[in-house]
Amino acid sequence: MEFNVNSTFLYIIAVCVIIFVLAQSAFFLVRAYRRGKQLGMSAQKLRKVIFSTSIFTIAPAISILLGVITLSKFLGIPLPWIRMSVIGALTYELPAAESAASALGISLSQTITDPATYTTVAWVMTLGIMPSIILPPILMKKIKGGMLKVKNKDKKWGDIFMTSLFLGMISAFLGTAFAHIREGLAGYIPLFVLLVSAAIMGICGLLIKKFNLKWLETYAISISMVGALVFAVLITPVIVG
Amino acid sequence: MNDYIKKTDKYGKIWIWTAAFIIVMIPVVMCIAYNAWPPIVPVLKGLLGVAPMFWTVGVIEVITYTPMLGVGGTYLGFVTGNITSIKAPAALTAMENMGVEPDSEEGEVVSTIAIATSSIVTTLIIALGVALLALISPILNSPTLQPAFDNILPALFGGLGVVYISKNWKLSIAPLVFMVALFLIAPGLSSAVGVLVPVGIIITLGAGRIMYKKGWI
Repeated sequence: MEFNVNSTFLYIIAVCVIIFVLAQSAFFLVRAYRRGKQLGMSAQKLRKVIFSTSIFTIAPAISILLGVITLSKFLGIPLPWIRMSVIGALTYELPAAESAASALGISLSQTITDPATYTTVAWVMTLGIMPSIILPPILMKKIKGGMLKVKNKDKKWGDIFMTSLFLGMISAFLGTAFAHIREGLAGYIPLFVLLVSAAIMGICGLLIKKFNLKWLETYAISISMVGALVFAVLITPVIVG
Repeated sequence: MNDYIKKTDKYGKIWIWTAAFIIVMIPVVMCIAYNAWPPIVPVLKGLLGVAPMFWTVGVIEVITYTPMLGVGGTYLGFVTGNITSIKAPAALTAMENMGVEPDSEEGEVVSTIAIATSSIVTTLIIALGVALLALISPILNSPTLQPAFDNILPALFGGLGVVYISKNWKLSIAPLVFMVALFLIAPGLSSAVGVLVPVGIIITLGAGRIMYKKGWI
């Protein structure tokens, strides 16, 4: 078969993978939805989770699509499409592709035409990410057992333990907004964006409490995120010039 | 584990091992179809460039996110990826809005619904984007929109941070002060934030334990 980074054959593989991902997601969605109803959760509330999550996902999903476009310049569309739909993230896929290319002594400035180069990149991307997919089934029992042990021993400490997991993650990501502020005013942009997002969320919280706007709960995180992204688009040219 | 979670674990394992097989088979099929098996040395060299970092992050992410995402959410989230930028925030927000505990059965259900929904929406948006690539590529690549894509994480975690910090402000002080100081001193670490998540968790747990023992929280 003649090699081409955008061949029909590679597109067929990509479509098969996409169907698998959608099937797995639909399987878990239907099971969880049915179980939720059995547990007495109202269909309206469960649908609200689906709707609000869908809205929330749009902006980050578009940024992932941008990752596909970035990688497609040298890998074509199908492989980045597969990688970004299964496990991948641009922060991993790009260094993996670059590392493979540098091992072969080539540059990734042009579209790959040699099939062996292409498969080398595909193997490095695949093998580099395998722990993320192999470890969950192996470690699940241990991790769940450990959590249960903590909770059974002391319920309140169990709750603090769980909250600490969330706060540890959130703190690490909040901290990154300060990483570039020593580079001058442009380095403050992520921090400004973070503060605007936080301020919008704070306003939403006040509106929900003061005026009992329950419906706003569903959209507050999406509104704060999109509001902060619009702010980023507006403020960056002003700061950077 | 109750019956529903036990079954979720069983089905989840079947799906994730199938996914692992498919993921490995993708390059195998490509190699067979194009009769282009790569030389082993460049693969190992290329892998050496990323594996130490990404295998470490992979191990850390599994240990860190599994308790947050629940059984179904973990098996699904680790197949569909983008856990920090979409799946974990989606699950946390949904559980918060529904007022359910993460390690309860209700939490398991809501987290799974959120992660499944975000997986489906992400997959469909990417598929739609690929189908309309010629049309949307110039828009997405425009310099005007670039700042938005550069700032997805601060825009997301700013709002999420307010929700969690306002409810647990005492517990938030130590990890926040540490992380801000760390990134001010060593800005280069921002590219390795995945490794720093467990550091943040350990600091929160340590400070939390002290405050709990003293009766401050």
